[in-house]
This record gives sequence, structure tokens and C-alpha cells, in this order.
Amino acid sequence: MAEPAARGHLKIILGYAAGVGKTYKMLEEAHELKRQGVDVVVGYFEPHGRKDTIGRLEGMEVIPRRRIEYRGVTFEEMDTDAILRRNPQSCAVDEFAHTNVPGSERGKRWEDVQVLLAAGIDVITTMNVQHLESLNDQVWQFSGVRVRERIPDWVVQQADEVVLVDLPPDALLNRLKRGAVYSPEKARIAAQNFFQESTLGALRELALRQTAHEVEGRYIAQEAEPAPRPDLRSTGAPQAPAVETYDRILIAITADPPSAALIRRGKRVADYLHADCFVAFVHSRGDLADLPAEDRKAVENHLNFARSLRIETRILEGEDVAQTLVGFARLNRITQIFLARPRRPSRLALLRPSLVQQVVRLARDMQVTVVAERHRAAAAAAPAPGLNGSQI
Amino acid sequence: MAQNLVLRPERPDPDELLRKVMAEEARERRGKLKVFLGYASGVGKSLRMLDEGRRRKERNGEDVVVGATQLESTTDVRALLERLEVIPLRYVEGVPVMDIDAILQRKPQVCLVDGLAHDNPLSCRHRHRWEEVDELLDNGISVIASVNLQYIEEQHDKVAQIRGRSVEETVPQAFLGRATEIEVVDAPPESCLGCEGPGGEADRLRREQQLAQLREIALLLAADVVDHQLERYLLEHGMEQIWSANERFLVWITPYGDAGPMLESGSRNARRFHGELIVAYVARPDLTPAERAMLDRNLKLAREAGADVHALDGEDPAETILAFARSRGATQIFAAHGSRQTWVERTLGGPVDRLIRGAEGIDVRVFPQ
Repeated sequence: MAEPAARGHLKIILGYAAGVGKTYKMLEEAHELKRQGVDVVVGYFEPHGRKDTIGRLEGMEVIPRRRIEYRGVTFEEMDTDAILRRNPQSCAVDEFAHTNVPGSERGKRWEDVQVLLAAGIDVITTMNVQHLESLNDQVWQFSGVRVRERIPDWVVQQADEVVLVDLPPDALLNRLKRGAVYSPEKARIAAQNFFQESTLGALRELALRQTAHEVEGRYIAQEAEPAPRPDLRSTGAPQAPAVETYDRILIAITADPPSAALIRRGKRVADYLHADCFVAFVHSRGDLADLPAEDRKAVENHLNFARSLRIETRILEGEDVAQTLVGFARLNRITQIFLARPRRPSRLALLRPSLVQQVVRLARDMQVTVVAERHRAAAAAAPAPGLNGSQI
Repeated sequence: MAQNLVLRPERPDPDELLRKVMAEEARERRGKLKVFLGYASGVGKSLRMLDEGRRRKERNGEDVVVGATQLESTTDVRALLERLEVIPLRYVEGVPVMDIDAILQRKPQVCLVDGLAHDNPLSCRHRHRWEEVDELLDNGISVIASVNLQYIEEQHDKVAQIRGRSVEETVPQAFLGRATEIEVVDAPPESCLGCEGPGGEADRLRREQQLAQLREIALLLAADVVDHQLERYLLEHGMEQIWSANERFLVWITPYGDAGPMLESGSRNARRFHGELIVAYVARPDLTPAERAMLDRNLKLAREAGADVHALDGEDPAETILAFARSRGATQIFAAHGSRQTWVERTLGGPVDRLIRGAEGIDVRVFPQ
């Protein structure tokens, strides 16, 4: 048995849509553990009225849910405290991406799971690939659905194991038709959203690639210690960009909304290249106090978002945005600057170069990546009402 | 060798339409192939295959038989086999082979075939079991098969390198590409360690690493198959593909500068993302000998990097590259800073500025030159 201080082992069962069999697989693994003599409980289970899955619950100890009143309605959430008191060796927790009702101790179920792991309890959990933060824009682009329940990539990277539950879309659509996934009304709505063959195919491909990426990340981490890397500096002599033994990426944000997509894209590229990643905002003074309230809120949101993805952020002081950025980049051996593509080239652009043009001209010694906004596929249907993030 | 870009015609070619209709009809008569792909023995491919057969029989009432199984089986597998009709293997020159004539005669709706890579003795009608499966499919019998990654011909060298040993029998990857469905049987490496014999801790770690690498290859192989299926589906349904799960890096090379660093980065990015590397240049008629030499050198580097190289024709280089990038579903374009900027370009923006301005939905990465 593990020492009490050791962190629990996290296993994620990854799928690409409701009904592929994640919960079933989770319960099967719980039964297998029980057969091996492990003290295992079900911490949270979402039946969705699926008979096969509910049947797998037989013989398992289920920790009763906690009831929470919110605006006169009673909600049921996982009772993390009760699980901690029960202190099993292993716990099955459905729907890792779930957002708890306001009034819960923690905002997200994945945060509850962190508490269980910290207490030394092993966790088996389930999620769909579209809940991954870094894939949010891509998923929206081909499905038209903005998934609201998202998990930062680092949470998944920290899992000890990620296992894919694969099922061809045909078989999934059959399950949907048979009524094995949703009630008839919900199935009809679902068929207009995620449950189109092309969308399911795209999600499935993402899930396969993501699992491959997670597998690779784990064996590479086992293979080599990463080289020590310098911290960010604000003063000192400029340095030449690092020789490309490793990349250092600087994401330059503004108050504009595309900054969120820019941060996701930059972070995703950084993750795949095993690169360092930083976010910077340039302003004439070192804080945001004199920005118009709306802009300040937007910038703060972007910076908080970056920090939630575990990216180091900086507010840089400077009058000239492009020069400040490039100077900071040289100082810190940045190899790549990420910028958002200007939304629409104005007539003024002919007279006054855009920030992108200025940075491209100044930073002739490093790479500048101009990230374009992604647009929706014309063929994708508008999302029908009635389905939210937790149900996809 | 540089290929010329052939743009897809706007209107469908009647011959192509006819071919499509005929292919569609043939596909309807032909049985459907479903393949369970595993990355090692012990992940549970056979079990999943048999369980699917059992469900189709018991739940859907389909007429299912077992055409071939492994000789050695676990208790779980034996329990499933008892609930299914098994057509016994027959022995040719002492080698167990699938009794294809008995299956054709029995004519079930669905036939389960384990060990897709199995080879037959020379006196059999088909050398390979996958060819027998092809015959079953042609006769309207659907097949559910299972195969281990190490037997996929195109993956053979890579797998042999990781495992340190090689196999004789193989199945061409194109055969999997023709499957109606491919399903990955995924499991953490620990679950297959039991079947690989004993060894110390170091041995176990090494095995685990090997298995993780094999697992990654299997997942990416399935992703590629799914990618092609998706492309075909969108094409057949007249849907535009503006999105790709796969990163495609388009490197724009010119006769005016060394594309080495850009190509190296492109190839590293393609490797890390398991994406595609595409290289293109816009042909110019009046190159100086020095420019010609630079272009040739860049092209040589591109081919060495394993890129798909394209020569494009067009008046406006930035526009030409953009049109090509869109037709190929590129997600990123790599371009170099222009070194020869005229005053007009400094004021109005050079090709790179225009590339950025026009690159709707595509990232542009500008490289030092």
C-alpha cells in the first residue's frame, strides 16, 4: 500500500462523445480493482438513464451525493468530504470536466479530484477530448459548439495514465438511434449538434491524436531530464535568440477578444515543441490602473486565463509596444513571438503599419508567428438549444 | 522531383461521378470490414472482436460465425467462443488455415477472423489470410478482424526497430485504409507486460517504454485512417473542409535566400505534431545563375527533409502561395523576411505583409533571413 503522503494515481478514460462507453469502462476497471482486492468506491456516477451502465454499478459501494440548494433548486454534487472520510484506496469519479453548482466548495470537479489525489486516493475519471482547453477553438470551428466546461491541459498532463475509449461514429450513431445514449427528445437535439458523422469523425481524430500526444509526453518525460532554462529578466544586456535546442515562446496579448484564442494556440504549440511559454502585455506604465475599465477587465481576464494554463505572465512598461516587445524578447532569448492577426486591415494601415508589421520589421532575428482567427465551417449547422457543455 | 500542382476542377467530372456511383454500388454489395487494431499482444483485441460478434448475434440477430481464432486462448475468449458458431480451421501441410470454402458455403452475414496477418502454405488459393478476407468481402460477407500493429507492412521497420525483432507476416496498410471501420483497442502498457515473459526492473521499464512507443504509433495510424475517411466523407457530401485535426506546415521557399533553418524548423514541427510538411515555391522565369543555384539547394534540402515539394505558377507570389495553402488545408505557412525590399514595399508592404493580410484562418510564421 502507498504511504499516506504519496499522491494518488490519476487515470483518465478519454472519449470523444457521450455514449462511447467511458462510464462503462470506468466501472469495469473499478470492478477489476475490487477483484484484485483494492478498496474501491464510486465517488460520482452519472447514470444518464443507460441500462447497461447502471447494471455495472451492482456490487459497488457508492458514496451518496451531497445536496446543494441554489436559487430554490436542489442540485446534487460529488461529496468530496464524505469520500475523504471514507478514505478508500481508489475512487471512480465520472465527468471530470463538470462545473459544480455555485455554493460548492470548489468550482470544478477536477479541483475536487485534486483534493482526493492530494489525500493519497487513486482516481479513475472520465472526460471527452473536447473539454480540453487547448482544443476549444478547433472544436468550435468544426462543430459550432463553444464548450464551456474546460479542463486546463496541465491537469490532463499530470495524469499518470490516459486511456482512449474508441468507437467508430457509425456504431455510436446506432447507439443513439437505439436510445441507448439519450432520451428520444435529447437524441433529436444531439443529432443536430455533435452527433453528425463528420463532426464525430473530427472529434474522434482529435481524441486519437491527443491520446498519442499524452502517451508520447509520458515516455519522453521518463527518458530525459530537461535542460535548465533561464528565468525571465527585465534588465541586462540583450541576448541573441537561443540556438534552437529548445524554443521559448512569447505571446503578446492586447485587450482584444482574439487574445484568448491566441493564448490557447501559442500554448498548444509550446506544449508540442516542449517549449517555454510566456504571455506579455505592453502598456505605458507597469500596471493597468489608467486603462479604460473595459480594457482593463479584458486584459486582466486574459492574464488570469494565461495563468490558469500555468503560463508566466508579465506587464511590460513601454511607450512603443513593438519596440518594448522585441527588446524584452531579445533580453530573454525568445525564439518565437506570437501575435494575433489584425482583424481587418484599415485604410490607415497603409499609412501607419500595424503592430504585426512593426514587430515583423523589428524582430528580423527571430521568428514571428501571426495567428489567424479561425472561422466556422459554413456547412456546420447552428447549435440547437437544449444541450450544454456537460452533455456533449 | 518537383510535382506540378493540379487544382481540383470546380465542376465534377462526369467520368469521376460515374466512377463514384459504381464504386458506391460495389461498396454496397461488398461486405463491410471492421478491424480491431492493437499495439501489442495482450491488449484484448481478440476478446473485443469476439464480444462484438456475440453482441451482433444475440442482440441484433445477425448470422455470425467464427472463421479463424488464435490457437491459444484465455478463459474469457473460450467462454465467448462457446456462445458462437465456429467453422473449424483445416490443416494444410500441417499448418492451420482458415477454411474459406466452408465459410463461403455456409454464407453467414458476419465472419470473425483473428490473426489477419497469418500466412498460408503455397498450395492454398491465397498466400495471405487478408486476401482470403478480401474474397469473403467480395462475396458479400462482412468481416470483423483483429490485427496487431507489428504486422502492418508499412509500420514493420519502425516497430522492428523499437522491439528489436521483426516478423515475417504482414498486412498492407492500404488494406486497413479500405476498412469501413477501424477501432483502436487501447490499454496502458502494464496490461500487456504479463505476456512478455519475466525480467528485472530495468527490463520492465525498457519494455514499458517500447510498448508506449508502439501504442503511440497505433493511435497515430488510426488517426490517419480516420482522417482519410473524414476527407472522403466530406468530399462525397460536397462539404468544404476548412478545418483539420492534423497540422499541415507549408514552407514557402524562394531563390533569394537560404531556406535551411526554415525547413529544419518545419520538419521538426511536423515531427512533433505528427503533421505534414509541404514545401512550395513560385516559379520565376528569369533567375540569375546564383538565384538558380540557391533555389536548387533549397529544393534539395526540402526533399531531404521528406517534404512534399510543389512548383506553382502565378503572377502574384503571395496570392499563389495562399491559394495553394487553402487547397491543401495548411494550418501554418512558414515564410522568410524578404531581403530585397524596394521603397514601394517598405511603404505598401512586401509579399510577407500581403501574405499575412490574406491568410484568413491560417497562421503565418515569419523567419529571419
